[in-house]
Amino acid sequence: MTVVHTPSIADQPRYDCRDAYVETLAQLAEADHRIVGVVNDSVGSSKLNSFRKAFPDRLINVGIAEQDMVGVASGLANGGRIPFVSAASCFLTGRALEQIKADVAYSNTNVKLCGMSPGVAYGELGPTHHSVEDIAWLRAIANMTVIVPADPIETAAALRWAAASEGPVFIRVSRMSVPKVYPEDYEFHLGQAITVRDGNDVTVISNGTVLWRALAAAEQLAEEGISARVLSMPTVKPLDVDAVVAAARETAGIVTAEEAVNGGGLGGAVAETVVQHHPARVSILGFPEFAPTGSAGYLLDRYGLSPDGIADAARKLVTTGK
Amino acid sequence: MTLTIEHTTMPVLGRLPAHSSRTEQIAHIAEAAKQIRIQDLKLVHYAGAGHIGGDFSAIDILATLYGAVLDISPATVNDAERDRFILSKGHVAGALYTTLAAFGFLPVEELATFLKPLSALNGHPNRTKVAGVEANTGPLGHGLPVAVGHALSAKLDVSMRRTYVLVGDGELQEGSNWEAMMAASQYQLDRLTVIVDRNRLQQGATTKETNDLDPLPEKAAAFGFAVVEVNGHDHGELLDVLSAVPFRPGKPTFVIAHTHKGHPISFMSNNVAWHHRVPDDAEFAQALKELA
Repeated sequence: MTVVHTPSIADQPRYDCRDAYVETLAQLAEADHRIVGVVNDSVGSSKLNSFRKAFPDRLINVGIAEQDMVGVASGLANGGRIPFVSAASCFLTGRALEQIKADVAYSNTNVKLCGMSPGVAYGELGPTHHSVEDIAWLRAIANMTVIVPADPIETAAALRWAAASEGPVFIRVSRMSVPKVYPEDYEFHLGQAITVRDGNDVTVISNGTVLWRALAAAEQLAEEGISARVLSMPTVKPLDVDAVVAAARETAGIVTAEEAVNGGGLGGAVAETVVQHHPARVSILGFPEFAPTGSAGYLLDRYGLSPDGIADAARKLVTTGK
Repeated sequence: MTLTIEHTTMPVLGRLPAHSSRTEQIAHIAEAAKQIRIQDLKLVHYAGAGHIGGDFSAIDILATLYGAVLDISPATVNDAERDRFILSKGHVAGALYTTLAAFGFLPVEELATFLKPLSALNGHPNRTKVAGVEANTGPLGHGLPVAVGHALSAKLDVSMRRTYVLVGDGELQEGSNWEAMMAASQYQLDRLTVIVDRNRLQQGATTKETNDLDPLPEKAAAFGFAVVEVNGHDHGELLDVLSAVPFRPGKPTFVIAHTHKGHPISFMSNNVAWHHRVPDDAEFAQALKELA
């Protein structure tokens, strides 16, 4: 799929993916009585007030108790329900990591974990509330699928896929406003990269809230005569190994750009793949340290995840690459 | 290992007819508990590992649940409407496996694989590998939240199925239990029963010396539970209490079962050394003799 955005992607209207989340969850719940929401007092921050109104019995609020929340979801799944756990990703993944491992993944229960406001969405609240480690943590756990949607269309599509699939899934749902990257008829396919812009000189692999920035970087590079391939990688686990290997083989190098720590996430997954299958240069963009206070947009820019920063990294690979 | 021949000689016990008398049920539970203890002793002795102290603490409770309380059988092990039992103190997996074998959920011969390479019977229960196991446990403080989820699913289904969870008393030091108890109370899960194996010993010391739980009845009551205390080795008391829940409509039940680690073996009972000690040949023979 090649998506051409005119005018520039950066000038498109912006959306909060949580709106797509709650709208889709309500549609899924309407069609399937097994679907329930499970929250840790996070009704408002997950925008689930309308869901609670429509399905009062099917929104389980265990209070501010993440370990219990994930265990309860596992028990609900044992009883035949399909729980969508919805909580700030920093607390859901960090606070309940062992429950995610033992009660959800190792037990192979049909629980969908929705990490709300991940990455540095809570920029000003500081690193306690940043969730840049979640992808690395969950990617390390067997049986766990890890999905990082890039826009409201992909968020909705990934949720529909998760509801129809059997087994543990983690999906990031961002509150940061993002433009639509995908056409309205986009369908999510597990483990498949999407070539959102074709190119042969260098590859940028991205996902989540950074994907549109990668596209904007490619627009910049095109003006300089550099042809950048932009791969969307919504499924960090299982990774699309073939797409990564093709990029390693066909272009001067790979830039990974994500709203996450720059070890263990998408960048780590891509680097591991390249090293094992087709050694190539990989430039990993992410957060190398606890970020200072600042808005999400400021922090992304500061750590090179702006269109300029991504273009710089790609340009370096082209000019000093093979 | 001269006694290996006897390894898997436990008789498989069926369910009693529905109209059985209380006396018949208690006799059935007593026989099951005796056979399970003998087999579990062999299990730990031959495997060279296990948690026999905690196993023996819990076996009378397990025998009562599977022998006369739980509406579950090998034939209904996957039925949506089955009662649920979760062993939260997952390190006493040996007692659970032996109980499941005693009631026909898994072949008695399979017990010989306990802790062996590739065995489904690892040191902690796994629901995807062993029929009758409802949750993967081992790390403490997990079973009760999962049980709350089971009970909530039953409530959403307007089902009469019941959920029982056995937790160790030391395990209650994990905060997740208290999170779960608040939720159980908030959601008025009166078909959820928490059974505490109150043997007052944890790995290396008494609970009192470590992080005292008392006053436990008052704490559980304050968290909204109907609290009952029983002798956890008295089959009649256990049967009466576990069959009669809920004690208060609208409230989950908290059964404090007073037990002894290593019960009833003379040199193990209430002895903190037997958390995960393995009986040597002389101790094994002595314990067998005491159980006979």
